[in-house]
Amino acid sequence: MTSRTPDRPGALSTVATPPRPAVRPAEAVIIAPGIAVRGHLITRGPIRREGPAKLTGDAQYADDLVFPGAWYGATIRSNLARARFLALELDPGFDWSNVVVITAADIPGEPLMGAVKGLTPDQPVLVPLGGEIQHHSEPLALIAAPDRRTLRAARRGVTVRTEPLPPVFDPLDSDKVFVSHDVVAGDLAAGFAAADMVLEGEYRMGHQEQLYIENQAMIAVPTEDGGVTVHGSLQCPYYVHPALMRALAIDARQARVVQAETGGGFGGKEEYPSLLAVHASLLALKCRKPVRMIYERHEDIAATTKRHPAVVRHRTGVLRDGTLVAQEIEVILDGGAYCTLSPVVLGRSTTHAGGPYRCPNVRITSRAVRTNTPPNGAFRGFGAPQVIFPVETHLNRIAEALGISPLEIRRRNVYRLGDVTPTGQVLSSSVAGLEVLERAAEAVDFDAARAVTQQARLTGQGWDSVATSPLRSPDRPSASGIGIALAWHGCGFTGSGELRYNSIVTIELDATGQVRVLAANTEMGQGTRTILPMIAAQALGIPSDEVEYAPQDTALVPNSGPTVASRTATIVGGLLVNAARQLRAEVEARSGGRSFAKAYREDAARHGPSRASAQYQPFPGQPFDERAFTGDPYPAWGWAACVARVDVDLDTGEVAVRDVVAVDDAGVVVHPILAEGQVEGGTLQAIGYATIEEMKVQDGRYLNDRLATYLIPTAVDAPRITAIMVESPFDGVPHGAKGLGEMPMDVGAPAVIAAIHDATGIWIDRLPATPERVLAGLTASAGANESGRPGSGGHDRPGGRP
Amino acid sequence: MTAIRFLVNGAPVELEAPGMRRLLDVLREDLGLTGTKEGCGEGECGACSVILDGEVVVSCLVPACQVDGRIIRTVEGLAARTPDGRILDDLQAAFLATGGAQCGMCTPGMLLSARVYLDAGGGPDEDAIREAIAGNLCRCTGYTKIIEAIALAAETGRRPAGA
Repeated sequence: MTSRTPDRPGALSTVATPPRPAVRPAEAVIIAPGIAVRGHLITRGPIRREGPAKLTGDAQYADDLVFPGAWYGATIRSNLARARFLALELDPGFDWSNVVVITAADIPGEPLMGAVKGLTPDQPVLVPLGGEIQHHSEPLALIAAPDRRTLRAARRGVTVRTEPLPPVFDPLDSDKVFVSHDVVAGDLAAGFAAADMVLEGEYRMGHQEQLYIENQAMIAVPTEDGGVTVHGSLQCPYYVHPALMRALAIDARQARVVQAETGGGFGGKEEYPSLLAVHASLLALKCRKPVRMIYERHEDIAATTKRHPAVVRHRTGVLRDGTLVAQEIEVILDGGAYCTLSPVVLGRSTTHAGGPYRCPNVRITSRAVRTNTPPNGAFRGFGAPQVIFPVETHLNRIAEALGISPLEIRRRNVYRLGDVTPTGQVLSSSVAGLEVLERAAEAVDFDAARAVTQQARLTGQGWDSVATSPLRSPDRPSASGIGIALAWHGCGFTGSGELRYNSIVTIELDATGQVRVLAANTEMGQGTRTILPMIAAQALGIPSDEVEYAPQDTALVPNSGPTVASRTATIVGGLLVNAARQLRAEVEARSGGRSFAKAYREDAARHGPSRASAQYQPFPGQPFDERAFTGDPYPAWGWAACVARVDVDLDTGEVAVRDVVAVDDAGVVVHPILAEGQVEGGTLQAIGYATIEEMKVQDGRYLNDRLATYLIPTAVDAPRITAIMVESPFDGVPHGAKGLGEMPMDVGAPAVIAAIHDATGIWIDRLPATPERVLAGLTASAGANESGRPGSGGHDRPGGRP
Repeated sequence: MTAIRFLVNGAPVELEAPGMRRLLDVLREDLGLTGTKEGCGEGECGACSVILDGEVVVSCLVPACQVDGRIIRTVEGLAARTPDGRILDDLQAAFLATGGAQCGMCTPGMLLSARVYLDAGGGPDEDAIREAIAGNLCRCTGYTKIIEAIALAAETGRRPAGA
């Protein structure tokens, strides 16, 4: 389903009612080199570029690449969360002649890594002897051997000597603040003084693992000029490239980064591959062989970045009619042992903390702090899910206390055109919060559905009076509920991030007449390789299959910035349109009035190759002040709403999410199937975050660092997810697209938690809503309730007036 | 080392391998069939699923000695090979049409679980499809378009059984 804000026609074509996809029988049609389908493939939009290769097993992921004579590398890691690294002992009884060992002393360049430009490097490539180990599973040394058996034996021959030091695990106890912000708008005291009610709450979230199905993987190949080429599973070739130059003390030509087919990233392959590439390269340069470092799942979960755990506190003043008049919000992110991307994540948490709601008097204080756990980093949503769950849940508690429906309180407060955000941004275009909210409510007839579940709860009838529940059975009483959530999500980097990268995109018409997009933005499943050629083709007026997408290889493509922050379709896509328009104008100017489509092949034959590039230019609007945290943090905001229905087993506390409607505003939908795929997949990750995904941490170590113990939703756990796309085009880019991939991650969890409340009357203030937490809530609720019957109306009391 | 003979995608294979070598490694490293993926190495994710004598198994938990004399089908064996190239089967084509593959790492295993489901006469019923792929984890799609693809292939029902 696709709708368009009526008065804003989009730049790209859109699909009204999708035809049921099918393959019409006929002669075989070639869809990729050597691959055909029987008949014409009926689908919405071009087929995924690398789809045929992925479906036949042809696609080459890092571990599928063969480098004759390659060695195998491994990492020696700490088994304490904080300690002094005293010694690395090699068993004298083992034959080390055919093994290379790397310690910090062997690093030719800078010993410390920084995740991105502008952040102080603080993470050691390897902990030096005598240095401090700051987290469990921290890399201490590297070894490589010609075969796995020798590698395993060599690993057993390495002993690490350490002296324990006292660790810090609770972010509230941390004495090291990586970064902090204080955003003030209006007069908070006056706001609270004017309030009819004030409500306080504290919300907590733990780690979440990205759990891409392909583990981290990197292969480093030494080159004759003393440099190295790495082939890996990664999101950002131009993060890895400078990391290699710095750590290995090599120049830009000696370092080359080639992305292999990448089996999911979700942020987990934003910054971590830089460290892994440096590790593999150090080994490769020492043994002068290609070195493969392919993590196993256990190592991947134990050592790599997670979503930041968070503590978020709200104190909110409202009028009787639900109007927000004061928001005081404190956000604390647990950064783990090193800075990595925490300042950038915190920036997004800070700008999103108030939610998509107008409030004249706001103070948001935020900080990211160090603890002795593996560094936390990028994960889809990037600090926004950690603040959207609290603000949404808090708003629901306010609505309940005031006797207003969760839908109505959102209608009354959601940003409208012309409203001003806490950083002072005037929302002057593409404001679709109300639209996504209404579309979501209308898709499920929210008020009517909630009336049924409310009635059931208030009369203590549980499942008996509501539609069929999969948990329903005579001996397992269950209750059903429905919940709604709303969010905004800033497109692209926070603040001046885009300025720092100065991204360049190039489009070329080569001498053979082939049009090609040159950009560093990676395909990891989300569709970059399909949508960027579509955007270019649209601007050139040619079919998208006439546009190639060059491989993500730093020797071939310019730095168009990282593939993060939902920036590919909007920011990179916008640059691409500008570059394509230049190329088109150039070719048409010398083609005697013929269109680019008609003229370009002949133009190439006659004039040789042509190229056009476009570089990032700041968007109009107020510049963002990184210190004061004022101005326009994003050129545009995307809007998302979600309605979830759940069943809660009142005996066990188990939550089954039955179905979800997700409504997301992508500005303009470039490819309907790929866009829906983003919404559906992001929504399920959010449901996992809300219900079952919990990292157990003991002494700084992840206890459930295996797929048998860290659970993600299976097809049986997953609800039916309906994606509804809304289009409210962004007028700052020529094609109107905004970000999409992260928004579904923001709204899923609060919708599920709201539905659990609707079913049971309990408020879950800590994610995930495990059976234990739900059961504890039910028990407390029963204790507080005269009837003694769980799920019959008991609820937390709202906080008192000031 | 043990001499092991089996059929893979219709072709006879004979090799010497340690009996406890994982079938996954035999396929990927000894035979170069890298379409079969490793996701967890402990039978949880289903990325390494292959069809062994008509049933889905996780090849990371199957020792090579157990496949002697048996018939294996991997993702490379789904598309029909013709002199002009390969032609995707209906299931692969349906995945392409609905957007059932995103990052592609779960896709080979997902296709094989679905293939067995369809070959056993499975229909377009959503709950039955969910059960059939319950052993295959996907982190990208939310399963929606995978289920849609399998239902579509079931509806078209033109698949040559065991091709």
